[in-house]
Amino acid sequence: MSDTILQMQDITKTFPGVKALQDVNLTVRRGEIHAICGENGAGKSTLMKVLSGVYPHGSYDGEITFEGEACRFSGIRDSEHRGIVIIHQELALAPQLSIAENIFLGNEQATRGLIDWNRTNHAAGQLLERVGLHENPVTPIIDLGVGKQQLVEIAKALSKEVRLLILDEPTAALNDEDSAHLLGLLRDLRGHGITCVIISHKLNEVMAIADRVTILRDGRTISTLDLVEDEVTEDKIISGMVGRDLDHRFPPHEPNIGEEVLRIEDWTVRSPTQHGRVMVRNANLSLRRGEIVGLAGLMGAGRTELAMSVFGRAYGTGISGRIFKDGREIRLRSVRDAIKHGIAYATEDRKRYGLNLIEDIKRNISAAALGRLANRGWVVDENEEFKVAGGFRESMNIKAPSVLSITGKLSGGNQQKVVLSKWIFTNPDVLILDEPTRGIDVGAKYEIYTIINRLADEGKAVLVISSELPELLGICDRIYTLSAGRITGEVPRAEATQESLMTLMTKGTE
Amino acid sequence: MSVAPTNADLAVDETPAAPAGPTGDSPRRFNLNLRQSGIYIAFAVIVLLFTVLSGGDLLAPQNISNIIVQNSYILILAIGMILIIIAGHIDLSVGSVVGLCGAVAAVLMVNHDVPWPLALLITLVVGGIIGAWQGYWIAYFGIPAFIVTLAGMLLFKALTLMVLGNRGIGPFPDPVRTMSNGFLEGYLGNIGLGPLGGADLFSLLVGVIAVAGIVFTQWRTRSGRLQYGQAVDPMPLFIGKILLSSFLVIAVVTQLARYKNLPWVLVLLAFLVLGYSLLTNRVVFGRQIYAVGGNLQAATLSGVKVKSVIFWIFVNMGVLAALAGVIFAGRLNQAGPTAGNQFELDAIAAAFIGGAAVQGGVGKVVGAITGGLIMGVINNGMSLIGAQSETVMFVKGAVLLAAVAFDVWSKRRAGASR
Repeated sequence: MSDTILQMQDITKTFPGVKALQDVNLTVRRGEIHAICGENGAGKSTLMKVLSGVYPHGSYDGEITFEGEACRFSGIRDSEHRGIVIIHQELALAPQLSIAENIFLGNEQATRGLIDWNRTNHAAGQLLERVGLHENPVTPIIDLGVGKQQLVEIAKALSKEVRLLILDEPTAALNDEDSAHLLGLLRDLRGHGITCVIISHKLNEVMAIADRVTILRDGRTISTLDLVEDEVTEDKIISGMVGRDLDHRFPPHEPNIGEEVLRIEDWTVRSPTQHGRVMVRNANLSLRRGEIVGLAGLMGAGRTELAMSVFGRAYGTGISGRIFKDGREIRLRSVRDAIKHGIAYATEDRKRYGLNLIEDIKRNISAAALGRLANRGWVVDENEEFKVAGGFRESMNIKAPSVLSITGKLSGGNQQKVVLSKWIFTNPDVLILDEPTRGIDVGAKYEIYTIINRLADEGKAVLVISSELPELLGICDRIYTLSAGRITGEVPRAEATQESLMTLMTKGTE
Repeated sequence: MSVAPTNADLAVDETPAAPAGPTGDSPRRFNLNLRQSGIYIAFAVIVLLFTVLSGGDLLAPQNISNIIVQNSYILILAIGMILIIIAGHIDLSVGSVVGLCGAVAAVLMVNHDVPWPLALLITLVVGGIIGAWQGYWIAYFGIPAFIVTLAGMLLFKALTLMVLGNRGIGPFPDPVRTMSNGFLEGYLGNIGLGPLGGADLFSLLVGVIAVAGIVFTQWRTRSGRLQYGQAVDPMPLFIGKILLSSFLVIAVVTQLARYKNLPWVLVLLAFLVLGYSLLTNRVVFGRQIYAVGGNLQAATLSGVKVKSVIFWIFVNMGVLAALAGVIFAGRLNQAGPTAGNQFELDAIAAAFIGGAAVQGGVGKVVGAITGGLIMGVINNGMSLIGAQSETVMFVKGAVLLAAVAFDVWSKRRAGASR
């Protein structure tokens, strides 16, 4: 099993002013699962775009050999024709069309120019069987969860007789169950001779599934490690990615916990779209000054729903329950009320809900507290705004040429720092951070943890929602678990383990 | 609008932080400025072109005055429209609202002899109520603005015809006509300008005061920014810009002073442009319009009262459409059933030519005004050289498409360099 299916040699890709890739080498063997790891901006996506023809031949230097033949793709169609299919992080499905229509989009099953729907749906059904998705092929995509949509993408790839399947962060948006299913499917495909290249930030998944891993850093190949033959640890991959040994993935923190600042009692939230469905049931929660509290739960457990409904009813209908701030009951009818009472919520999806991507850093930071910059609440002092934003750029270490840089062009970690700056500028007592390190690289994660510690040291209460249990165990003083809308446990850090949390997170769901 | 001497191709998104000193002008700003200043360059080219084609007639005193007076109502509509487009919506009904409000004003002033200031006030309130009606359906009920205002286009047209009973109503009281069509009195008499002949002294004084205002505010902004260590234009460029804008103001005012002094609508427009520029750039409400258009969800989760913002920009549009309606009717001295026809198209075109983005979140009041003036100069210039109306229409359509195509292209180019 050592013959080579893909060889990329000395790939160099230059953008005006930046060398995105420099002499990158990648060798993928037939029938293996090959992981590519690297921090954001390391060049992983660029490399895959070179491979799939998004950047056509001639716009880069170097040689690509696929199945023994030199490749000169001028577009995605060329590479797909050769059996190279890439599934992007942002899924490219038409939400209103059916599963079958999506699978055969651009590859319609037609006889004499007319689409044969029976053939289409039948073939789609067989493909769904193969990927283990038990859905009717005529179901619209919009009715499926992200995990199932991912499977539809893979079915679509299989319909094109894929030989090399490339997945960019396939499990980033999936819960553990769906992730496990997806990884199982990839193993299965490997058994059927399909080679996979997987880009992932989740090193535990890489360790579990990949045969070999290539590490990129700053547009160069650092090394290719064999996970099957050699003993490779996560830490070794991480040190390759960041270029230094990471003794501690989490900064040390001595908590200084004060009085209770926020208490939520008997909190119940119903879904605004599915009539009568209870998303959060009788939840009780308490946060103290200087404390970092975790909220663990599988996807769909109601974590975001709980947080957003507390944040001025930004989610949900039929909300009941009581909120106490510093011992006094408060009513939060709108996001404005919540901000006024010192509550901040940084969203899990910063591009969709957190940032105005076409605006600059300065205007994003001021967006939630413009009144603080305005004379008598009216006219914004733009000089003061510039100064404030500059201060955050420095204290939060936002890597950008200036605060006039457009946020849409920043890396994930820097975007997250802008979001955090925005909320810190509202001067909150309670910060709810929903997946604060999702999709950002290891180095930036460490910085975010340091910021969270600093906020706690300033006497703020921080509630961290995360899918990554090691992260919660690494930074939180206390962890709540949520399962199917109910708080099923409250565990001090010292007593918590991944196993005990997972037990609580799956309790009562059957 | 600065054109800093930087390498345009050096658009780097992840360059390490450079100290933001007075010289730390980033390459990104250059690209952005090229995109924004393109509209002013285009305006200059179009003016130059028609000046040559018309043998200088375009810039004659009376013609400049005509361009301003004939386009005033479109420019007023464009101010309201740019706010709506920045928020990511559209208003197709403004033409009908112009017609309806002109009719309401006519009925009040002519048929019922209501004193004109009161009648004007009532008309503006009617415009506001119309805007509130549409704003309610769009913001609170959640129907796309395209549909609501398309319905409004028909509804208000029908109401216009009902109010007028399918005939024109006029004539309007003198003050209203003066506001739409008239000129300031020559309070200080004339002054000789050598070869240029006589000109109104008061108008010239207003021009000088305007220039002093430009110099003062620009200087204050610059020194304020320097105090905070922000990037500013280098001194020669700064002075050059001030000289250029001062020259333009003085040139236009001088030409107007040589004709019949300053038109009242120009004074009105000047106040509107200044007020709305301040609103969009620096007032909290104005900044929230950009936030809503840039990312609705993010604005909501930042505590912006999104629905109320959208509601009020439609109310504002209604009031401005009412004002435009009165001015248009006053200019014709009659409110007629066809008043306002297709004004919405001119206003929308002005906003997009002026650099507004189709997706929302981007746009400037001054840009919309410039866009409106480009349309106005094309109209006027082509009629000066005796072009047919179909030719004018064709050229205007082509200019609109070209302007938006340029915007999309430059955005894509900026995106490709990532």
